[in-house]
Amino acid sequence: MKFRSVFDIIGPVMIGPSSSHTAGAARIGLVARQLFQKKPTWVAFHLYGSFAKTYKGHGTDVALVAGVLGYDTHDERITNSFEHAKANDLSFSFHEEEAHLDHPNTVKIRLGNEDDEMELIGISIGGGKVEVKELNGFDLRLSGNHPAILVVHDDRYGTIASVATKLAQNEINIGHMEVSRKEQGKEALMVIEVDENIDEYTISDLTKLEHVKKVTKIHE
Amino acid sequence: MFRNVEELIQLCEDKNCSISEVMIKQEMEVHERSREDIIAQMEKNLDVMERAANRGIIEQVRSVSGLTGGDGKKLHEYMQLNDTLSGHVMLDAVSKSMATNEVNAAMGTICATPTAGSAGVVPGTLFAMKEKLNPSKEQMIRYLFVSGAFGYVIANNASISGAAGGCQAEVGSATGMAAAAIVEMAGGTPKQSGQAMAMALKNMLGLVCDPVAGLVEVPCVKRNAFGASNALVAADLALAGIESRIPCDEVIDAMYRIGETMPSSLRETGEGGLAATPTGRRYQEQIFGSGSK
Repeated sequence: MKFRSVFDIIGPVMIGPSSSHTAGAARIGLVARQLFQKKPTWVAFHLYGSFAKTYKGHGTDVALVAGVLGYDTHDERITNSFEHAKANDLSFSFHEEEAHLDHPNTVKIRLGNEDDEMELIGISIGGGKVEVKELNGFDLRLSGNHPAILVVHDDRYGTIASVATKLAQNEINIGHMEVSRKEQGKEALMVIEVDENIDEYTISDLTKLEHVKKVTKIHE
Repeated sequence: MFRNVEELIQLCEDKNCSISEVMIKQEMEVHERSREDIIAQMEKNLDVMERAANRGIIEQVRSVSGLTGGDGKKLHEYMQLNDTLSGHVMLDAVSKSMATNEVNAAMGTICATPTAGSAGVVPGTLFAMKEKLNPSKEQMIRYLFVSGAFGYVIANNASISGAAGGCQAEVGSATGMAAAAIVEMAGGTPKQSGQAMAMALKNMLGLVCDPVAGLVEVPCVKRNAFGASNALVAADLALAGIESRIPCDEVIDAMYRIGETMPSSLRETGEGGLAATPTGRRYQEQIFGSGSK
């Protein structure tokens, strides 16, 4: 079953006009902000396909900026996000790309501050649901049908076991899991799809584990 | 667990309870949440819907592109001052459906039912029923669970995405969901809800998604208007004891197969149908510039 809850049908509460081009865009921006964790001072959005063609009319642009400011899909500040960005010292730019990618609603977000930088590629798959395809060059594969978390961690022995143990202690069952790294002993990434929704306490527990750097929830 | 409408109605008959009750119980079991928690979340969605519908009939809302806004308000004023042809309840539902979608197009806050583009039909009919039937708050919340139960079946067996199945999957689904919910609120049986859903969706089969300039505005706002009227008629047919010759689940399956064979130009690409008319193209150029596709 692709849709598991009555609130997938009656919901989400969102700022219009489009669940895919507005709510989905805000959600991708928000995921980028949550993964970056710190306050970014600049962000660049590279838009592909339908996003590149119609982003102004759908409010995709203000929604993306709003997400990076930390606003969720139902936050009324979305419509004035450009002004809020100025007030928050966040500079932003949009780039319409010609390339044809697999999914028509794709955005590449690069953001950073004076110390750090991050790159994420996200797609909006409809009804406000989104997927992250790539993070700092790591390929991610998420079905989008289950709650999922991303765990950025140091590539050290025992880290994967400690995350799995913590989930088990919270009675959360793992349905699918992937681990990838670009270089041995450096940064690595776990993508974990689970059967139950993960609450903030569990996220906080995971973040405290040794060698775990960032934990972010991707799907409800 | 129910996977289709037949199982949903069978569950109601076995347990001698309403469709909304089956949906609430399933949500409690699958997600391990309390009844209070689930009802409270739905009540929040209801509040969002009521604010959006009221805003659209009171305020002169206008979309960013300027293509839509103010028609829900215009119709609501017309029905206050005139002896209308379609009658008060019908136009109350229609005006509030349009108003909700106009608020959506103007980047207002709405609740997707099941999508943003089809967010008018379920709330529009609900608030017209609120005036007509004077339901309790709980009955209004139950209306949304009935809508959700039928939408859940459609989403899992067919589609609620215009890009996948055309407008029949969005406004068509919303219309069937609303028809079934009206029946329960009006005191009909679960079986009659299923019949209303089948008849409403049958009348929406083949409806294409052809938005002008790719925006969720033309013809979406007015499609929501006619979806609401269709839902009311289907509910009355079912309450009169009229039945669909084709069972509800087979209608949903037909909708899915029609969507599969629909050309991509008529599935939310803005390349066919009304979007491809000379006037549709002209709007596209005005809004996005002459270099746009």
